[in-house]
Amino acid sequence: MSKRSSLTATPSRRLVPRLLAQRTGFALLGLVTFIVVAPILLVVGVIVARGIVAINWQFLSTMPFHGMKEGGILPAIIGTLLLTTGTALVAVPIGVGGAVYLSEYARDTGLTRAIRLAIVNLAGIPSIVYGLFGLGMFVLFFRFGTSILAGSLTLAIMTLPVIISTSEEALRAVPQEFRTVSASLGGTRWQGIRTIVLPQALPGIITGVILGLLRAAGETAPILFTVAAFYLPRLPRSPLDQTMALPYHLYVISTQVPGMPLSVQYGTALVLLGLVLSLNVAASLMRRHFRSKRQW
Amino acid sequence: MSRMTNRRGHASEWALETLIRVLGFSTIGFVGLIFLFLLREGVPVFFEVPPGNLFSSRWYPTYGIFGTLPLITGSLLVTAISIIIALPLGVATAVFVREVAPRWTREILKPIIEVLAGIPSVVLGFFGMTIVAPLTRELLGVPTGLTAFAGALLLAYMALPTVISVAEDALDSVPRSYRDAGLAMGATKWQTIWRVVVPAARSGILTAVMLGMGRAIGETMAVMMVTGNAAVLPASLQAIFQPVRTMTATIAAEMGEVARGSTHYHALFGIGIILFLVTFLINLSAASAIFRARRKGGLR
Repeated sequence: MSKRSSLTATPSRRLVPRLLAQRTGFALLGLVTFIVVAPILLVVGVIVARGIVAINWQFLSTMPFHGMKEGGILPAIIGTLLLTTGTALVAVPIGVGGAVYLSEYARDTGLTRAIRLAIVNLAGIPSIVYGLFGLGMFVLFFRFGTSILAGSLTLAIMTLPVIISTSEEALRAVPQEFRTVSASLGGTRWQGIRTIVLPQALPGIITGVILGLLRAAGETAPILFTVAAFYLPRLPRSPLDQTMALPYHLYVISTQVPGMPLSVQYGTALVLLGLVLSLNVAASLMRRHFRSKRQW
Repeated sequence: MSRMTNRRGHASEWALETLIRVLGFSTIGFVGLIFLFLLREGVPVFFEVPPGNLFSSRWYPTYGIFGTLPLITGSLLVTAISIIIALPLGVATAVFVREVAPRWTREILKPIIEVLAGIPSVVLGFFGMTIVAPLTRELLGVPTGLTAFAGALLLAYMALPTVISVAEDALDSVPRSYRDAGLAMGATKWQTIWRVVVPAARSGILTAVMLGMGRAIGETMAVMMVTGNAAVLPASLQAIFQPVRTMTATIAAEMGEVARGSTHYHALFGIGIILFLVTFLINLSAASAIFRARRKGGLR
């Protein structure tokens, strides 16, 4: 009560300290945000600055030798590209199909809610648990061995939630009228989806797929026991071969190999970070571009 | 003739739509399969090792001692510290980005935070080993920089993108009328934010914290590279600045060397079951909170 009367009685005298408090408060929030953002720039900055000296054409295009201390990281780069391609081959059809179901067919029933819960839970399962699952199911039960095939399947299931959620969002963004018009011209539901909804949602789906695959490309834990070769200075010949991969290679040379030159470690970190971040930026630029061009 | 092709068209369309339905339900199948295979490989440990041993305080698998307690407490310790760091940082950043920052600042901040979400955990772990750990050792005067604290610091930053974006959504869904009412009562913008907007968004912020926690407890590579991996039961607060070992790091470090089908192998899968159940519960409750809020018309 007394607070209220003093407020109304002398607003100006009360307002000044309150505005001062607001100004300090906002400054403090800005400071905290800086504390959050600055280390991000520091991580990227340090890795770029220290890694760039190690990178040259030879580093990117030759086999490692002399216990990985010399030579390049070609098999790790190729391995990561192969794994990511394998992941895409499995995850894209399943993920986009699942998204089409959720956006175009599913009604709001208990079963649909169960699907959504399953997606949230898939997204939350620790990456190392995916590694265990891949080992138990693909490596041992299906006898694929530690191989590109086993790793791609494991990574694909891990990537599904990202691809499904982003694709569903893109499909739902297509206005309902488009579907109505297609139906009014005598098209079936599937014809409407194939000829109108999917093409319109394609840019959004592609950016979602890229974001999901980037996550797969950077993961280490799921491939520890399903794919990764410690040191294998040759290129894989079949999907049942083991392979080196960039994230695992970085882990190996920074923790398991004593006396590894620091520049090689930073160089490898930079190649991995550069690959992931550049595609990440490309995906968001693409999304922005298509959003601005959209007519609806 | 035309009727024939039409019917064939219908048949293939029916097949496609059925396929799409199957794909739609596949995610439920995958969650089930993951749990099934964890059980298949992990359950034997509960028959091979007596419970007194399983929940003892020492983890020496080579001597047949499988006490998971230090690993569980290690995970909890690291996760708890990381949330204590990430919660204030995340909420403050979300409030700054959503309520205070001018548009151009927001346009710069959001992509930078997205970059953080995109950095592979092994790269952060590498940075933690080479930069953060030596730094904390110098600053705190402890014998090794590879400590629970260093791990928690990295985890906090890895959880931040999740915490910030979910907290932002929560703030975003507080109705404009709440803010207007606060300001109309003569409160400053600052007072309105902390006494009206943030309290109104608290359940959404709680969800943000839970999702961040789920992220932190399951993180593997960065934690394994910077926490020093000593399976010791934390005895006092000192443990924060000593090496610890988490459940995830134990699986990652030891699975490569165990014989398949051995008790040690089953024990590691057993830890996987614990991790699966913990994250399952966390995400289930976070998700149901989000669904409930959506049905009420906003994430609050």
